[in-house]
Amino acid sequence: MILKNQLTQTRAGWLFVAPALALIGVFFVGPVVASLLLSFTDFDIYAIGDLGTARAVGLQNYSRILSDREFWTALRNTFTFVVVGGPLSVMVSLGAALLVNVRLARFKGAFRVIFFTPVVTTLVAVAIVWRYLYHPRYGLIDQGLARLGLAPVDWLGDPHWAMPAIILFSVWKNFGYNMLIFVAGLQNIPEELYEASKIDGAGAWARFRHVTVPALGPTFLFVGIITMIGQFQLFAEPYVMTQGGPVRSTVSIILLMYEQGFRWWRMGYAAAVAFILLLIVLAGTMLQLRLQRGEQR
Amino acid sequence: MRKVARGLALHAALCAVAILTLAPMLWMVSASFMPAGATSTLPTPLLPRVPTFEHYLVLFTRLNLLRNFGNSLLIATVTTLVSLFINALAGYAFAKLRFGGRDRVFNLLVAGLVVPAQVGMLPLFLMVRGMGLINTPWGVMISGLASIFGIFLIRQFASSIPDDLLDAARVDGASEFLIFRRIVLPLLRPILVTLAAFSFLGTWNDFLWPLIVLSDQAKFTLPVALANLSGEHVQDTELMMAGAVVTVIPVLILFLALQRSYIRGVMMGSVKG
Repeated sequence: MILKNQLTQTRAGWLFVAPALALIGVFFVGPVVASLLLSFTDFDIYAIGDLGTARAVGLQNYSRILSDREFWTALRNTFTFVVVGGPLSVMVSLGAALLVNVRLARFKGAFRVIFFTPVVTTLVAVAIVWRYLYHPRYGLIDQGLARLGLAPVDWLGDPHWAMPAIILFSVWKNFGYNMLIFVAGLQNIPEELYEASKIDGAGAWARFRHVTVPALGPTFLFVGIITMIGQFQLFAEPYVMTQGGPVRSTVSIILLMYEQGFRWWRMGYAAAVAFILLLIVLAGTMLQLRLQRGEQR
Repeated sequence: MRKVARGLALHAALCAVAILTLAPMLWMVSASFMPAGATSTLPTPLLPRVPTFEHYLVLFTRLNLLRNFGNSLLIATVTTLVSLFINALAGYAFAKLRFGGRDRVFNLLVAGLVVPAQVGMLPLFLMVRGMGLINTPWGVMISGLASIFGIFLIRQFASSIPDDLLDAARVDGASEFLIFRRIVLPLLRPILVTLAAFSFLGTWNDFLWPLIVLSDQAKFTLPVALANLSGEHVQDTELMMAGAVVTVIPVLILFLALQRSYIRGVMMGSVKG
């Protein structure tokens, strides 16, 4: 009876996971592996018509990428977005989480929902809204600056301001998500820890520094990794708001992949770009895991 | 006295953040009701003097946005229903059925969460093209029919189902699929609602993949149609705001209706199982 039960469970188990595994295998894992193979070929618009014209070219795409100024520009822009925008957005999230989590605060639930709404809005739609908010003459942001006596900024028209403008927009769009994760983390900190440190005479800042931050360690790691992975996928914001301009100051790696692969149909080249992105994301994830482990020691 | 002052400061800060968060969306709604050109005058009006529906009329008549609305609705609904079933089956099996290699396969799946979906999009495009599904809603749906995150979320929730309950049904001679349908699915209801909301919103808002697959204006989803329009109508601020409202309002309503389970799902997804 038990043996037969185990047998049916094994069969049922594999049957139940089979559809999901098949779909993920065929439409996700397969393409990722194929992408690596594609990156070693000169697959282009002719190959789309006739697969036979694609040839293996070894590492040629990679060596061409490394000498392509366009790629380095996209890499630099993407890194700026990750390295400046990521931590900024995490800090805003943590601040908002602390704010809605204060015991004194009323209507916590309502504030949480309000802060979260930008996350569920359609990126393309709100990017268009912000494009008008950033207008140097009629935009509400510059009019607000003028009221404070500041000179207007040509946010999306000035190569020095376009990336900061996109970062600011993405912080607004995304901070609610990490805020919720921080709230979940904060609620898991036992109240006794705070009581104990209060008795020891620790002030609010000391309590934050020595109780809250260490207790949020695993949350920081999780937030750090998912934020980084998300930031590296920057695409729709520049596509809608700046088309990668002005003077390519907002072109990102995925935007470059899209242009090369789907506008110029240089698919071998674009696949190599995509694979380099994957390597960078994997390295970034490893680095964060390593750093976290080092800190705990 | 100090406590009152602190409470006031706290709520002032909360309200300030709330206003900053909502302002872009409020302005979007307000501007969509202004006559053409009103937002390009100084000082820029915050509210329409006389609200007009002309832009919504143009969107739904001349620009035929209803078609794109329908495309988005179809793609998001089918993707949500199919993926819900497939993820629930797999998530439950990974949590509750004992079979060799189960945990190894699951860990491999979770490791896949690190890989950005865009990495495989070029070969996926060639595949979808080979299947003749380019420029069809099915081609768009294909990438979302199963999701690792969905399986993860279901598994986490399903682990709390007591084994005794399942074993009792087995003793009664129920087949594994019957147990899944009659006992497990009803118990999973709360997490299924959460996942349905995630999946519908995610598919509705998705941009890059539908942009790649769809080439014909009549087939575009709302975000793709909107991005396309915004290129042609850069100067028509008020019209574009109306388009943004039409795109955002459905997901906003869905989120507000399901906010409790949505928010719980986000918080759950962050807790290691």
